[in-house]
Amino acid sequence: MVLKKPLFQLFPFKTHFISFFLLFINKDSLPLRQNLKTYIRKNSMMNLRNAVKSIVLTCLTVLTFNTSFANNGEKKEEFNVSEMIMHHIGDAHEWHIMGGHHDAVSIPLPVILVDGGLKMFNSSSLYHGKILTATDEAGEEITYIADETNGYAMFHEKIYKLNANGELDFHNGHPTNAKPLDLSITKNTMSLLIGATLLILVMLTVAKYYKKNGSVAPKGLAKFIEPLIVFVRDEIALANIGEHKYKKFTPFLLTIFFFILINNILGLIPVFPGGANLTGNIAVTLVLAVASLFATVFSGNKNYWKHIFATPGVPVPLLIIMIPIEIVGIFTKPFALMIRLFANMTAGHIIILALISIIFINQSAAWGFLSVPMALFISVLEILVAFLQAYLFAMLTSLFISAAVEEHHH
Amino acid sequence: MGIVTPDLGLIFWTSIVFICLLFILTKFVWKPVLGAVNKREQNITEALELAEKTKKEMIVLQASNENLLKEARAERDNILKEAKEISVRLVEDAKTTAKVEAEKVLAGARETINSEKASAIAELKNQVAILSIEIAEKVVRGELSSDTKQKDLAEKLAGDINLN
Repeated sequence: MVLKKPLFQLFPFKTHFISFFLLFINKDSLPLRQNLKTYIRKNSMMNLRNAVKSIVLTCLTVLTFNTSFANNGEKKEEFNVSEMIMHHIGDAHEWHIMGGHHDAVSIPLPVILVDGGLKMFNSSSLYHGKILTATDEAGEEITYIADETNGYAMFHEKIYKLNANGELDFHNGHPTNAKPLDLSITKNTMSLLIGATLLILVMLTVAKYYKKNGSVAPKGLAKFIEPLIVFVRDEIALANIGEHKYKKFTPFLLTIFFFILINNILGLIPVFPGGANLTGNIAVTLVLAVASLFATVFSGNKNYWKHIFATPGVPVPLLIIMIPIEIVGIFTKPFALMIRLFANMTAGHIIILALISIIFINQSAAWGFLSVPMALFISVLEILVAFLQAYLFAMLTSLFISAAVEEHHH
Repeated sequence: MGIVTPDLGLIFWTSIVFICLLFILTKFVWKPVLGAVNKREQNITEALELAEKTKKEMIVLQASNENLLKEARAERDNILKEAKEISVRLVEDAKTTAKVEAEKVLAGARETINSEKASAIAELKNQVAILSIEIAEKVVRGELSSDTKQKDLAEKLAGDINLN
């Protein structure tokens, strides 16, 4: 799991309070405390500058004080940043909300396995299963959770079938047991369903407005959504594909754009129903990229295929090299889309989590003065990225489609 | 690495959800909304075109109106001028006719007066003649009322004749 201890144990409350107390008895900040009202009343630039200076100095003092205190304190269990981050950006069979280990608050989700028939059970029986320890040939201890009532075990969020002894067998740190097809409603699947429902609700409200009012100027939600729809239609579909064929692809591009956008934004909300790193999951971006690939390949006209198998103006011997390159090119384009979206969204999540982790690495809330503004800045940047990546995915898809449907020109 | 290995379950669910979304949104949202937006844009374009057309028509209309006005004004001036001429001529004519008539009337009157005068004089002459005869008669009767006087007269007349 994420944290070896509950959050508040890692959080040095005592030193934290001391540091806030220090903020007020610090020599530099004395005038600030005593004469704050007078300062404000006088509104003197000089005094304001002094006040700012004393706050900065106090913060610095507190930071240095605290780290030294923390180092002198009793030996604490290491806070594993990469484990925490990997857990947050990865998928899970439950929706963790807060707390660690035994006092964790989380929403259990249904586990659906295809293992000689469909098997469904609650994921809480997995998470609250028996914690077993195995030793592999290298002599390393590996812990996993076994759910003996259902006959499955979970290791790193992957579900394996237990062997006859009710255990997992490990080889090179990996279980060798059978892995049933896992169609569970995981955290990401749940987020996917929430995002899709939200999208349908929002869009149906918009559609209802036009149905009710006819072609009038939009109001309310429609006023917000319509510019985005028109943007996708005009700046993405029409601008790239051209006015003869763009109508056929606009619904597809709109779906891609809004699907990515709403899931990107949901991913930025730190608590349920957001926070799942859905568009930063390679499986999701893979599906979107395959959709883009299919849209390109199945709409490809004679020119498109001719360009691939008999590139005009290329001598025949060169075609031996060109044809494989062009065929690979069909796949590298959506592959780049897949990686781009995955990497951008995952990176955003990692940066925010890493910045928040500064507090826990240093075990001092005072670092929040540094980490919170930085995380806030990145969060705001991520809102931009959420729109940008949705735009980029739709725009590049429309570019690939346009290359596939383009008529031959001389 | 775990995060770069696509999970089959999530691929399965994402595909299903994405395909459902594509169908639902296309059928119930994108088509109606884009239809409404397109229709509105068309309406706006048409309205703008119409406005432009009307504006041009207005300019043409205004020009023709001005022309019409100018023509009307010219016509009015013409009519006025003609009317003035006619009125002047009429007055002139009336004057000459009146003069001629007046002269005619005067001449007639004069003639009548003259003839009346002549007849009156003639009448008077007759009356005078009659009166003179009557007077003469009366005088003669008085002269001749007695035998002496008749004798005197006869003698006198005879005297006159004798003298001749």
